[in-house]
Amino acid sequence: MLYFSDLLQYSDVFFSGLKTTVELTVLTTILGVALGTVCATVRQYGNRASQHVVSVYVELIRNTPFIVQLFFIFFGLPAIGMMLSPWQASMIALTINLGAYSTEIIRAGLASISKGQVEAAKVLGLNFRQTLTRVIFIPAFEKIYPALTSQCIIVMLGSAVISQISVQDLTYAANLVQSRNFRAFESYLVTALLYLGLSILLRFAFNALGKRLFAYRTSN
Amino acid sequence: MSLVNLHQVHKYYGDHHVLKGIDLVIKAGEVVSIIGKSGSGKSTLLRCINGLEQYQEGGITVDGKEVTTEDIQVRRLALSVGMIFQNFNLFPHMTVGENVMLAPTIVLKKSKAEAEATARAMLEKVGLAEKFDSYPEKLSGGQQQRVAIARALAMSPKVLLCDEITSALDPELVGEVLKVLEQLAKEGITLVLVTHEMNFARDVGSRVVFMHQGKVWEQGDPKTVLSNPQTDELKQFMGAVL
Repeated sequence: MLYFSDLLQYSDVFFSGLKTTVELTVLTTILGVALGTVCATVRQYGNRASQHVVSVYVELIRNTPFIVQLFFIFFGLPAIGMMLSPWQASMIALTINLGAYSTEIIRAGLASISKGQVEAAKVLGLNFRQTLTRVIFIPAFEKIYPALTSQCIIVMLGSAVISQISVQDLTYAANLVQSRNFRAFESYLVTALLYLGLSILLRFAFNALGKRLFAYRTSN
Repeated sequence: MSLVNLHQVHKYYGDHHVLKGIDLVIKAGEVVSIIGKSGSGKSTLLRCINGLEQYQEGGITVDGKEVTTEDIQVRRLALSVGMIFQNFNLFPHMTVGENVMLAPTIVLKKSKAEAEATARAMLEKVGLAEKFDSYPEKLSGGQQQRVAIARALAMSPKVLLCDEITSALDPELVGEVLKVLEQLAKEGITLVLVTHEMNFARDVGSRVVFMHQGKVWEQGDPKTVLSNPQTDELKQFMGAVL
């Protein structure tokens, strides 16, 4: 027999977990994509040395497990005097992780912009910063938007790991509830559905944003 | 008076000697057509004039100012030298109007109203006033190229460089672009074109420059040069294009 009603008394636990997951997701998506945009720009247009620094960062993050990155930041950094709260450590780990993956994705977008576009901006007198922000970024992001949104959702789902350093996110709530009432099946099923709903919501939000940003694709 | 001045310009791509001592003086109001085989250095020459390519020896001045590839210099130069490309290079995420208004607003710091007035006037000139709010991908190649011309004109350049601007067009669309150029020539704007349109070079141009192996091989009045070529190379080239 299944007892979903046993979860009802814990609804506020689930709700506050959901809230933490959503907050962290929104924040790290914004910061991570911003970090990725800066790093991709450096990697594509920067000088040798700075390109190298970005490459090391990207490869370091993409070739190590997220949980190890998280543990290093939370348990490791205090050894050199950096004490972070679980929430802060998670925020930093998620941002750095998304930053590295999105660097590679966004760089592919930048690389897809033809040299002619840059030259056209140049002969019109735009400086490099104006060329980036006015001419390059929007078409570049349009090309890689589906890949970028998928990556953001992957990071959101991957954030379940932060319950391991006792951030009270959605997964933490599920663990807590099933340890109290032993309804593991119900508890994790409900949690899975909540993550699913969150993914769908996030995709909707990204699509709506995409429609605004890339209006030129759908208009007239 | 001379507007563009090239003196003994040499350009190398690594070991490849592309321009071998170009001397060329272009006066205000001239319409100069540069012709020649591919690989003869025509486009490179054009790109040196506005600082897109670096040259290794010699000197180029436009309106008395020296041309270098230095970023700030290229931008200053952009104010007096406009350029139109073979592949139009309109910005796909901006409407036609926004394409034309971009540089006047953010480079010349014109007000939006002023930039819009200029943009509408320039689009009127190329016959595309009604396309102000359309996106480039909705336009034909010929229309896109005319927008590119309007975009360049909105910066009121002293000289307009045209790099094979009809080469990517379907044959039936070439005429509409050439007609705009002809109109500009009549208004007295200085044009330097790399082109394969011999009829245009003959009927509208004030001078033809034939380039061969990185040198100015033969030049002069279009009718004389094209109907009575002096060198074997130009004879051969004329034979190939006609």
